[in-house]
Order: sequence, then structure tokens, then C-alpha cells
Amino acid sequence: MFKKFINKLTLTSRVGSPWMVHLDCGSCNGCDIETWACLTPVYDMERFGIINVGNPKHADIFLVTGTVNHRNKHVLANVYNQMPAPRVVVSIGSCSNSGGIFRECYNVLGGADKIIPVDIYVPGCPPKPESIIDGALQAVKMFKNANS
Amino acid sequence: MSNLLLALTAVILAPFAGALISGIDRKFTAWFQGRVGPPIYQPFLDIIKLLGKECMAVNSRQRICVMVYLISAMTTVFLFFLGSDLLLIFFILTIGAVAFVLGAMSAPSPFSQIGAQRELIQVLTYEPLILLSFAGFFLVTGSFSVSYIQTWDQPLLFNLPLIYIALGFALTIKLRKSPFDISASHHGHQEIVKGSLTDYSGPQLAFVEIAHWYEIVFILAVFSLFWSTSLAGMAILLFLTYFAEIVIDNITARSTWRWMVAYVWPAGLGMIIINYVFILSI
Repeated sequence: MFKKFINKLTLTSRVGSPWMVHLDCGSCNGCDIETWACLTPVYDMERFGIINVGNPKHADIFLVTGTVNHRNKHVLANVYNQMPAPRVVVSIGSCSNSGGIFRECYNVLGGADKIIPVDIYVPGCPPKPESIIDGALQAVKMFKNANS
Repeated sequence: MSNLLLALTAVILAPFAGALISGIDRKFTAWFQGRVGPPIYQPFLDIIKLLGKECMAVNSRQRICVMVYLISAMTTVFLFFLGSDLLLIFFILTIGAVAFVLGAMSAPSPFSQIGAQRELIQVLTYEPLILLSFAGFFLVTGSFSVSYIQTWDQPLLFNLPLIYIALGFALTIKLRKSPFDISASHHGHQEIVKGSLTDYSGPQLAFVEIAHWYEIVFILAVFSLFWSTSLAGMAILLFLTYFAEIVIDNITARSTWRWMVAYVWPAGLGMIIINYVFILSI
């Protein structure tokens, strides 16, 4: 009974307080600006409890933008590994989802999911802030399925 | 006996009060910035989430430092509500501050190291101000004991107006609010990522945060000494003090540590000395 209550409390608070870290794997800056727009007073992601923390050790959601290549794949994996569980990954924009128009380039791996497990894909080039917020909130719902 | 009960109650209730205060702080900040902002109970969600996360402490020394920081913060609140000696409370506050710096220094990360160095300079800046402010209480009432100071028949703010302002400087630094948030950057600014808090994660970060809530309550309790004659006056003074902290936090940018030392020491110590002269000449 008590354990059930604690589990429910933990799940509720995870959904209510996701902190995000954002990594730009060399994007054209379009997705980054749209991501940052979510934090401005216009969209105000903080009303859902989302804070941008800039430190993977404090984060729950990992937002990835840009093309993943042979040079930055280590950084991507490193940042992901520093996040304490439970964590979810949101891939934002075509480049991060699949490589986008750079997919055939010799140095491009083709999507962040080649390196780390991606939970939510937000399509677009760049995606609208509304869809990024939707992606983040869909990711938050995944905490309900995660093991506590 | 009743003092002991009061102190125990305060230790239990202080984190809830601190969390509510920081929730209201975030709501006010959002209001100033034209946002909706998170709900007032948001800090509770944050802490429960952090406590439920994976424990990734960098080393075992860090855990010890976090516990010392938390226990010293709890002890300051306990001793204050017990009506103990201000000097004793001050020394325990210092133990907590040093443990926090040691915890940040135990990790090799450069961000954590820079944060620890800056935190040390912050401690260096506010400690003399707090100690000399407590000496100001002594000069007026003739005692360092909290329970004795609380029985003083008129508000101490009339005798110690400049010390109130100087203590305001010291406690803004202690709360790590702008312009003195140089050791652990607060909101979105990430020049040093999270400074001395960079290498804390999960439950450790939660304990640091809870200790910080105890500190908020302790700081407000110290300010309550300035108007201990009536409960309403005390409440109004505390509200105005903390509201001023939030406004200053929102309208100022982060300072450098050089500016902090060069500004806070002359201004703060100057005001305290002028206030001493004022007290001693009466």
C-alpha cells in the first residue's frame, strides 16, 4: 500500500517536473532557435515544469538537433551516458531524425538513433515550437511506462 | 520544553515552508517576465523526482559532504527555534558552507572546481558581514541569545537599520541570488553550467536543495529578529524583505566575484560601522 503510494507519487512528479538538456550536433541553427523559442514567454515551457538545465547530470529529457556525424557521435553518447535513469531522448528535426538532406554525405551517420535509443521523433525542417513542446510532453508520458 | 517542541516542529516543517517560498518565488519571477510560470507546488515535484532518480554520486566523499551540509542546515534551524546562541548558530552555518565547498571540490570537473572556488569567495564575503551583524544585536540588547533578543521590547529595526541592509547583502549572497549567483548559475545562464552543483545528481541534488530550503527558513528567521515584537509586523517585514530579494534577483545581471568583494565589503562593512557608531553614541 505504502510502496504503491510512493511509486505513484514518484511517477506523478516525474511527469510534472521534467528537466531538459539540449545538444546541437551541428545543425543549421533552425531547430535550435525553434527549441529555444519554447522557453520564451510566448510558449513558456516552464509552466509544464520543464526547465532547461544545461547539465546532463540534472536532466530527464535529452533534446537532440542536427546531423550526427563521426566526429560528434562520441559527444552524443557521452552526454547520454551521463544522464541518470530514467531518461528519454527526443530527436528534433529531419537531420536528427534521419540525416535529412545530408543523409547521403560521407561523414553523416543518418539519425541520432544510430548512436543512442531515441524515444520520440519530432518531424519538420525546422519543426514548429508547438510540435517540439508536444514531443517533449509525449516524452514525459513515457516515464509512466518506465521502470521506477 | 515548549522551546524544544517548537524547535522540533520547525525542523519538520521548515522544508515545506522553504519549498512553498521558492515556489512562490518562481511564480513571481514568471509574473515579472510576462509568463504563466509553474504551479506553486512545483519544487515538491522537483524534489520527489530527484529523490526517485538513479544515484550517480561521483565519489563517496561527496555523499558525506552533502549529508554534513544538510545536517548543519537542519541544526541551524533547530538551534534558532530553540532560542540558542547566535554565535553557535553562525559556526554551524560555516561548517555547512565549508562542507558544500568540499563536496564541489571532491569532483574533478572544471565547472565544479570553478564553482567551488567562487563559493569560497562568496563565503569569505558574507561571513564577516553576518558575524558583525550579530555583534550589532549584542551591542543593542547585550546578549547573543536568540530567546533573549526576541523579548526586546521594541523592534530592533529602529536601532539597526543599516545592519538590516548589510545583512540583506550577506543573505542575498547566501541565497545565491542575482547579482551574487556567481557560484551556481541559477536560471538559464550557463557560463559555468551549474557551478558548484554541476556534479551533484539525483538524490544528492535533492538533499542539497532541501538544505537550501532550510537555509531560506533560517535566513528569514534571522530577519524576523528585526521585528520580533508583533507577529503582524514580523510577517510584513519578512514579506517585504523576500519580495525585495525576488525583485533584485530579476532586475540585476550576474556580477563578477571581483565586483562582489569590492562592492559588498566597503558598502556592507561601512554601513555596519556607521550603525555601531550610532548605537554606541546613544
